[in-house]
Amino acid sequence: MALLKEGQPAEDTWTHVTDDAPVPANGAITVSAARWAKERQELAGRSAPLGVRLGSADRPESVAADLGRFALVTVDFPKFRDGRGFTTARTLREHYGHTGEIRAIGHVLPDQYQMLRRCGFDSVVVPEGADLAVWAAAHTQYTVAYQAAVGDEGGPLSLLRRRFAKAG
Amino acid sequence: MTYLAPKRHAGVYRYDEIDRQFLNERVAEYRGQVARRLSGALTEDEFKPLRLMNGLYLQLHAYMLRIAIPYGALATHQLRGLARIGRRWDKGYGHFTTRQNLQFHWIRLEDTPEIMAELAAIDMHAIQTSGNCIRNVTTDQFAGAAPDEVVDPRVYAEILRQWSTIHPEFTYLPRKFKIAITGSANDRAAIRVHDVGLLAKRNEAGEIGFAVYVGGGLGRTPYLGVKVSDWVGEQDLIAYLEAILRVYNQFGRRDNLYKARIKILVHQGGKQKFIDNVEAEFARIRGPKYRLDPAIVEAIERNFAPPPFEELPPYSEAFDRAKREDAAFAVWARNSVRDHRAPGYASVTISLKPIGGVTGDITSDQMDTVADLADRYSFGEVRVTHEQNLVLAHVRQDDLFDLWKALDAAGLGTPNAGLITDLITCPGLDYCSLANARSIPIGQEIQKRFADQQRQQDIGDLKIKMSGCINACGHHHLGAIGILGVDKKGEEFYQITLGGNAELDGAIGDIVGAALPPDEAVDAVESIVDLYLERRQPGERFLDTLARIGMGPFKEKLYGAA
Amino acid sequence: MELKAITANRLRDGAVVWLGPQGDWVERVELAAAFDDAAAKVALAEAEKSAAANVVVGVYAFEVEVVDGVPKPLRQRERIRAQGPSIRTDVGKQADALDRAA
Repeated sequence: MALLKEGQPAEDTWTHVTDDAPVPANGAITVSAARWAKERQELAGRSAPLGVRLGSADRPESVAADLGRFALVTVDFPKFRDGRGFTTARTLREHYGHTGEIRAIGHVLPDQYQMLRRCGFDSVVVPEGADLAVWAAAHTQYTVAYQAAVGDEGGPLSLLRRRFAKAG
Repeated sequence: MTYLAPKRHAGVYRYDEIDRQFLNERVAEYRGQVARRLSGALTEDEFKPLRLMNGLYLQLHAYMLRIAIPYGALATHQLRGLARIGRRWDKGYGHFTTRQNLQFHWIRLEDTPEIMAELAAIDMHAIQTSGNCIRNVTTDQFAGAAPDEVVDPRVYAEILRQWSTIHPEFTYLPRKFKIAITGSANDRAAIRVHDVGLLAKRNEAGEIGFAVYVGGGLGRTPYLGVKVSDWVGEQDLIAYLEAILRVYNQFGRRDNLYKARIKILVHQGGKQKFIDNVEAEFARIRGPKYRLDPAIVEAIERNFAPPPFEELPPYSEAFDRAKREDAAFAVWARNSVRDHRAPGYASVTISLKPIGGVTGDITSDQMDTVADLADRYSFGEVRVTHEQNLVLAHVRQDDLFDLWKALDAAGLGTPNAGLITDLITCPGLDYCSLANARSIPIGQEIQKRFADQQRQQDIGDLKIKMSGCINACGHHHLGAIGILGVDKKGEEFYQITLGGNAELDGAIGDIVGAALPPDEAVDAVESIVDLYLERRQPGERFLDTLARIGMGPFKEKLYGAA
Repeated sequence: MELKAITANRLRDGAVVWLGPQGDWVERVELAAAFDDAAAKVALAEAEKSAAANVVVGVYAFEVEVVDGVPKPLRQRERIRAQGPSIRTDVGKQADALDRAA
């Protein structure tokens, strides 16, 4: 599995701790939303970077109050057809103003890459065996879009179209 | 790729360089997806939603391509382009659907990238005509022409089309999402049976806003949409729709295909809860970012400015004389010609329901003929109705006779628009892999029984709508007489419903009784009509008589005493 | 005895095909192989490999009877799939047959 940022492979500096594994004292870790809810106090005491993992049914509201603590939120796509993650990311960005990294994991297609970006995802973990060339190409497939998205700056919404800034 | 500009006054959205760039990028993406499928880099499971979002179905005989005709509006060069595509890539004929789109039924997957490129050259595509995303926004076929129109719905249909095209957040919904809009209280767009139905209107200050209905739909569990807001101001339209879609995307069921539409969320998940969620989301996102800028509305509106109507008297001597002198023309005019807001003009419905023909089908040659006539008589534009007919919206009354002669010569002059033989049938088991039974031959048989023009005029307004399966593409729930094909022990049977209607105060039809074999079903339709004719009071349409006497007499006539 | 044939659509062009006696895909139901229950299961598994190899999509088995050595679909749906639309005898495999006969 590869982590992609801006269409290119990147290193994953996070450890994703499963629910039954012990939480290491140091290092950047993510925990599931359920574990965060249960062990909030202990986890909040750590000084190393913290992230939370949201399932497709986990609503952003459930972690909204603590967003300031998370440098990373991952959102799971159990099936690429399950589009709840798009709303999750967008809500985290637009409504809750989350500025940390938001990452898509699970079963996603390169054909969804730009939609993920435009909903506020910074990075994607691509499935095993993914053709990275296809992902890289997908990153710049469209230069035109018709509606508001995360990261659109300034001024009233231009409905008709938005031109993406050239990647770079 | 050379792009053709629509005739100057055609009421279609004019693509500019940016729109075309987008379409090119879409074509390139699709080309890549087909290549990845053919090489196996994409599995069928992965490819299927992607091809569906480009209108490509795998059907009974071949692939079927559903081309988008946004809100049913075509410029003549587009119609000619469809004719060319039909000749080159299909079998020279297409089928208009109940969502104002066009289907070709004999398509090859390997040809589709080229077809998409050819469509793009005439500013057309098949984007989001299938799949769990926002589909074609449909509207009144007489938009911009009807005297009872308060707001031109095409403006907002186009805005919503753009807004919903590859919407980053709403492209992987629990299920399909259909929007319809009317600009008249006489709703000709069936907004009550759409996921979102919009009634465009004006307040006392003359400002434009919308009544919003949510949760309508047909299929296994038909529902009429619920009014969730009586007034959403024009500037708030996008924000309100974003709120609805967001609530649906989050809370719509994904565990059960048959409970995944928004209608289930609204009607079975608690109406008030739904409305509260939408209003809360709307309140959160309402603001500059989502505001529909009046400058944008104006820019879109310019595409739909009225064509340069001549100053004509409201009454055409020539039209009147022709009706007096030619009985056949008079009959056609009586059914096919409607009043127009501009004096001296009329809107014409071209029936694609010839007796014994295939409902809603049209040959490439006929497409060319209609395009020529539209250039000559209707400012270069054609509309598709959601009842599988075509409309020339702006015809001078003086020209109606010549128009009719040309239509008649091309086999497009069937004088049954709005009459009982102007029925809807879905393609059914003759074409569709979802179907349980055939629809078209039943429709043909019914047409033959009622072929007599006098009898049809006498019967008047009685819409028959037929679907070959519960997915209800033929809108059978909305038929005054509805017919649903079912599979009973491997045989084709037909269940009849009565009392449906697609108007603003719509109704879903009620089942009369057990499903019948084909011959009996056709006989039953005749019996129903006979009973209506026997029992009606002066001025009563079928629906009125049914409302007055109830289902009882019909049940008894078909199935004997209870 | 209940007999079955196996059908699918060819991936590239969507054409309806049936599994033939040689394990190849044939374009007319008259040339299809008819299997008893046990053999049908085996054949279906083989056909699925063909789908996995991106040759066909939508593989499934359906009931036939064999009359004078020729498999005939028992259900209307499969008959229409084999011939073409009932209301347009000038298109579909039924029309190809006429061309061939002419």
